[in-house]
Amino acid sequence: MAAFHFELVSPEKHLFSGDVESVVAPGADGQFTVLKDHAPVMTTLKAGVVTVAGGDGKVEKLFVRGGFADVNASGFTILAEQAIPLAEIDPAKVDADIQDAREDIADAKSDEARLAASDKLAQLQELRAAIGG
Amino acid sequence: MPSLKDLRNRISSVKATQKITKAMQMVAAAKLRRAQSAAEAARPYAERMESVLANLASGVTAGGPALLAGNGNDDTHLLIVATAERGLCGAFNSSIVRLAREHIARLQDQGKTVKILCVGKKGYEQLRRQYERNIIELIELRGVKQIGFDNADEIGKKIIRMFEEGGFDVATLFFSRFKSVIAQIPTAQQIIPAQIPSNENASAVEGPQPCYEYEPGQDEILSTLLPRNISVQVFRALLENAASEQGARMSAMDNATRNAGEMIRKQTTLYNRSRQAMITKELIEIISGAEAL
Repeated sequence: MAAFHFELVSPEKHLFSGDVESVVAPGADGQFTVLKDHAPVMTTLKAGVVTVAGGDGKVEKLFVRGGFADVNASGFTILAEQAIPLAEIDPAKVDADIQDAREDIADAKSDEARLAASDKLAQLQELRAAIGG
Repeated sequence: MPSLKDLRNRISSVKATQKITKAMQMVAAAKLRRAQSAAEAARPYAERMESVLANLASGVTAGGPALLAGNGNDDTHLLIVATAERGLCGAFNSSIVRLAREHIARLQDQGKTVKILCVGKKGYEQLRRQYERNIIELIELRGVKQIGFDNADEIGKKIIRMFEEGGFDVATLFFSRFKSVIAQIPTAQQIIPAQIPSNENASAVEGPQPCYEYEPGQDEILSTLLPRNISVQVFRALLENAASEQGARMSAMDNATRNAGEMIRKQTTLYNRSRQAMITKELIEIISGAEAL
C-alpha cells in the first residue's frame, strides 16, 4: 500500500509527523478513513480516537478532543484542540474526571455552565469508551 | 574621602547584589529554555492553522463572517497589550508599552475610540497613568506557571464575546516576538478582522487550488475555525512573550552582574590604594619621629 504524509498537531505540541498508510479520524458527521490520494476534504472533528496505521504494520491510537482535519494533495493534517496518545491515559484518572464532571452538572448554576459541563462529560465518556477496561 | 570601613561596606553590599543578579540570570536561563521550547512547540499548530484558514478564506467570496471581513466599521479599536507580570527584565515591558502608546496616539489623532485590555500587570501599571479611562480590564496571569492553551482560550473567548456585543470594531494584539536572547521585537498584530496571509505564493507553486469538499459546510467550518484562530493567535503571542521576557531578563541580569563586577573591581582598587596610603603615612610619621630625636 502506498504511503502519504500525516501530521497531528495540538496547540501545545507537535504529536505526529510522518508517512502512514491509513488514518481513521472521528469526523463531525461520522468516522472516516483517509488513504493515499484521498480527495481534498476539510471537516471538523468531534472527540474520539484517531487511529494511525504506519507502513510497518504499527498502529498508533491517539485521543483527540475536537479539532479540524484538512486533507489535501500534500497530505493529511489534523489540528486537534487537545490530543493525547491513548497509551498515556490513566483510566482511573478519567473515571475521577467523569465523576467531577457529573458533579459539575449537578452544581451548575446557569444554563451556560451546565452546557459546558455536559459537553465535557460527553467528551470524557467518549474517552472512557475508547480506552475500555 | 570615604573611610576604609565605608569602602568595605560598599564592596560587600555590591557583592550581595551581584549574587542576586547572578542567581536571577541563572533562573531566567532555565526558564527561558522551557519557554522557548513551548513557543517552538506551538509554532506548527499556528502555521497549519494559518494555511488552512488561508485556504478557506480564498474560497470565500464577498463578505463572509464578521470575524473575517470585519463589521464594516472602523471606529472603536481594542488594543490587547500583553506584558510581563514582573519587572527587572530590561526594556521588555517598556518597549511593548511604547509601541502601544504610539498606536494609541495615532488612533486618537484620527478621532477613534480606543479601548485597552491589559494582559499582565506591568503594562497596566505603565498605561494606567495616561490612559486610565481607556483601560477596560486587566487580566493577570500571575499564578500561572506554564501558560496553557486554556488561559489563551479564555482571553480569546472574552475578546470574541466583546466583539459580538459590539464593544469594538478592530482588535490589535501587542506582544514581543522572540527572535533570540538578545533580540525581542515588539509587534502589533491585528486579529479582528483576521488578517489572512496572501495565498498567492502557495498557489503559484501548486497550480490551481484543489476543489475542497467541506463537511459539514464551508460556513460552519469557517465559523468554528475563526474564533479558534483568535485563541491560537493569543496563545502564540503569550508564549512568545513568555520566552521574550525570560530572554530579556537574562540579558538584563547578565549586564547587571557584569556591572556589579566592574564596580567591585574599582572599589577594591580604591580600598587597597587608601589602605596603602594610610600605611605609608604612618611609616613616614614613625620615621620622621625617630629622626627628630
